[in-house]
Amino acid sequence: MTSMADIALHALMPDILIALAAMGLLLFGVLSKRDHALACTVTAVIVFVVAARFILAAPAGAIFGGLFLTDDFTRYADMLVLLGCSGALILSVDFNRREAIGRFEFPVLVMFSALGMLVMVSAGNMMTLYLGLELQSLALYVVAAFARDDLRSTEAGLKYFILSALASGLLLYGISLVYGFSGTTDFAGLAHALASSARANDGALVGIVFVMVGLAFKLSAAPFHMWTPDVYEGAPTPVTSLFSTAPKMAAMALLLRLLMGPFAPLLSQWQMLIEIIAIASMLLGALGAIGQLNIKRLMAYSSISHMGYALIGLAAGTEAGVSATLVYMAIYTVMSLGVFGCIIAMRRGGKQVELISDLAGLDRRNRGLALAMAALMLALAGIPPLSGFWGKLYVFYAAVQSGLYGLAVIGVLTSVVAAFYYLRVIKVMYFDEAAPSFDHHSKAVGLMIAGCAALSALFVFVPGPVSQAASVAAHALLGAG
Amino acid sequence: MIASIIFYIASGILLLSAAMVVTSRNPVHSVLFLILAFINAAVLFLLAGAEFLAMVLAIVYIGAVAVLFLFVVMMLDVNFAALREGYQRYAPVGALVGFVLFAELALVVMNFVIAPGAAVLRLSPAPGDVTNTVALGELIYTRYILLFQLSGMVLLVAMIGAIVLTHRDRKKSLRPDVARQQARQVADTLTMVRAEFGAGVKLVSPPATPQAEEISQ
Repeated sequence: MTSMADIALHALMPDILIALAAMGLLLFGVLSKRDHALACTVTAVIVFVVAARFILAAPAGAIFGGLFLTDDFTRYADMLVLLGCSGALILSVDFNRREAIGRFEFPVLVMFSALGMLVMVSAGNMMTLYLGLELQSLALYVVAAFARDDLRSTEAGLKYFILSALASGLLLYGISLVYGFSGTTDFAGLAHALASSARANDGALVGIVFVMVGLAFKLSAAPFHMWTPDVYEGAPTPVTSLFSTAPKMAAMALLLRLLMGPFAPLLSQWQMLIEIIAIASMLLGALGAIGQLNIKRLMAYSSISHMGYALIGLAAGTEAGVSATLVYMAIYTVMSLGVFGCIIAMRRGGKQVELISDLAGLDRRNRGLALAMAALMLALAGIPPLSGFWGKLYVFYAAVQSGLYGLAVIGVLTSVVAAFYYLRVIKVMYFDEAAPSFDHHSKAVGLMIAGCAALSALFVFVPGPVSQAASVAAHALLGAG
Repeated sequence: MIASIIFYIASGILLLSAAMVVTSRNPVHSVLFLILAFINAAVLFLLAGAEFLAMVLAIVYIGAVAVLFLFVVMMLDVNFAALREGYQRYAPVGALVGFVLFAELALVVMNFVIAPGAAVLRLSPAPGDVTNTVALGELIYTRYILLFQLSGMVLLVAMIGAIVLTHRDRKKSLRPDVARQQARQVADTLTMVRAEFGAGVKLVSPPATPQAEEISQ
C-alpha cells in the first residue's frame, strides 16, 4: 500500500508542486501590501522549471485506478505545455508593466491553467479529462479579459467564455453518450469495450464526434475556429502567445490520446473526420489570413492553418504520424513564442501597435529584430532549411506513408498560398518606407526572440533530440493504447 | 406506516408548492414557494435513505441558489408582468410540448425493464452497514481524491477570476470622504447673488476642489 502511495506521490509531484506554489503565491500576493507582480512571475517560471525536472523524474504508470497516467508521451507534452506557459509569462512581465495591468494574479492564473493542462495531458479517464479542461479554460477566460478596462480585452474574454462553454457542453454531451454506450469512462476500459462490441459502436460514435468537436474547438481547428481571430486580437499580447502555444499542445495531446487510445478501434470511422478538419483548417487559415492588416489576427489564421498541418499526422493514424504531429507541435510552439515576442516588441510612443504596416522599414531601424522576425516568418512559411519546413516534411511524409496522397497535396498547395502572407510581412519590413522606430524592449523579450529565432533557423542542425523524443513519446502512446 | 404518511404529506406539499411557483403573481412568492419545494424534496431524500443528498439540497439549493434567485428578483428590475403577456396565445403550444414530452415519458416507462436485483439495491442505497454519507466519503477521499481536489481547484480559479475581473481598489472608487465633507464651509461652495430683473445671473464656475479633480482623473 505504501509503495502505491509512493508512486502516486511521485507521479503527481509536479502537479502538487504547481498547485501549492500557485496557492502560496496567491496568499503572498493578497497579504502583502505592495504589488509583487515581477517577483510572482519569476517564482512561477522557477516553479515551472522545477516541475519540469520532476516530470522527467516521475515514474511511468497509471495511478488512482487509471485516472491519471504518466508515460513518455505525457512527459513530452508536459514539457511543451510548460515551455509555452513559461514563455508567455516571461513575455508578460514587460508588457503588463507598460500596459498597467501588471498584477500578481496573472502568474497565479497562468499556473492554475498550466495545472489544468498537465492534468489534461495525463488524463486516463473522461472525468479527469473534463476537470483538467475546465480548470485550464476557466483560468484562460480570466486572463483573456485581464486588461479589464480595455473594451477589446473584455470582449475577447466574454467571447471566448461563451463559445468555449458551448464547446465544453458539446464535449460533455459526447462523453455522456460514450459512457452510456460503453458503460465506462476509463480509457483502457473504453478501448476494450469499443473493440469488443460492435453494437455499442454506433451510439458511441456519435459521442466520439461530439468529443472531437469539443477538442477541435480548443485546438481552434476549422470549422470550430470562429473565436480565434477576435480573441487573439483582443486579448493582451502575452495572453495571445499563451493561447497559441500551451493550450493547443494540451488539446492536441488529449486528441492524440483519445483517438489513438480508447477510440483506436474506430480508426476507419474518425479518420475521415480528422482529414476534413485538417483540410478545412489549412484552407481557411491560408485564405483567411491574406486580407489581414493586424498582425495578431494574421497569427490567429496562421495558427488555424498550422493546427491543420499538425492534424495531418493524426489523420495518418500511425506511430510515425503521431510522432510527426508531436515534432510539429514542438516546432510550432517555439516559432509562435518567437513571433509573439516580436509583436510585444512593437511599441511606439508607449503604446502597443499591431498593424503589419507598423513594421514598415524595420530593417533600417532595428536590424536584429527585423532579422529575427524574418527568420520566424520564413520558418512559419516552411521554407527550407528552417524548422517549419522539417515539421511539414514529417507530417506530409507520414501522410504519404499511410496513402493519404490527397491530404499531402492539399497541404503543400495551401502552404504555398500561406507563404504569400508571411513573405508580405518580410517585404514590408525590408522594402517599404521606414516608419518611426519602436521603443526599447526589455532584455528578457529580446533574449526570448533571439532564442526562438535561432532555434527555428538552426533546427536543421539539431533535429535529433526532438524527433527522437517525439518518436519515443509516440511509441509510448501506441504501446499503452 | 409513519414513513408513508410523511411521504404523502411531503410529496403533496412539494407538488402544491411547485404549482405555486409557476402560478403565483408575485415573483418573491414564487421564490419562497421554490424554497418550500426544496425543503420537501430534501425530506423525500431523507426518507429514501439518501441523507447526504438531502443535506446538499438544503445547503446548496436553499442556502445558495434560492437566495441568489431572491437577490436577482429583488435587485434586478425585471418586468414580470411583461413576461406574462401572451399567456393565452402561447398556452396551446405549451400544452402541445407538454403532451409530447408526456407521451415520450410514457413510452419510456412502458418499455422500461427493471434489472433483476435492482429492487433490492433500491431498498439499501448504502453499501453494507455504513450510512450513505460515510460510503460516499470513503470513495471521494480515497479513490477519487484527485478529481475531488481538482474540482476544488476549479472553484478556486472561479473565485479568483471573479475577484480579478470585478474588484476595484478603494482609492480609485467613488467613495465619499466623510472628513472632507464635514470640513466643507458654506463659503467654499455657496455664493449669494442678487439676480437683476431681466438680466439674470452670470454663472461663475466654482473653484475646482481636490475631490473633483480625483474623480475626473
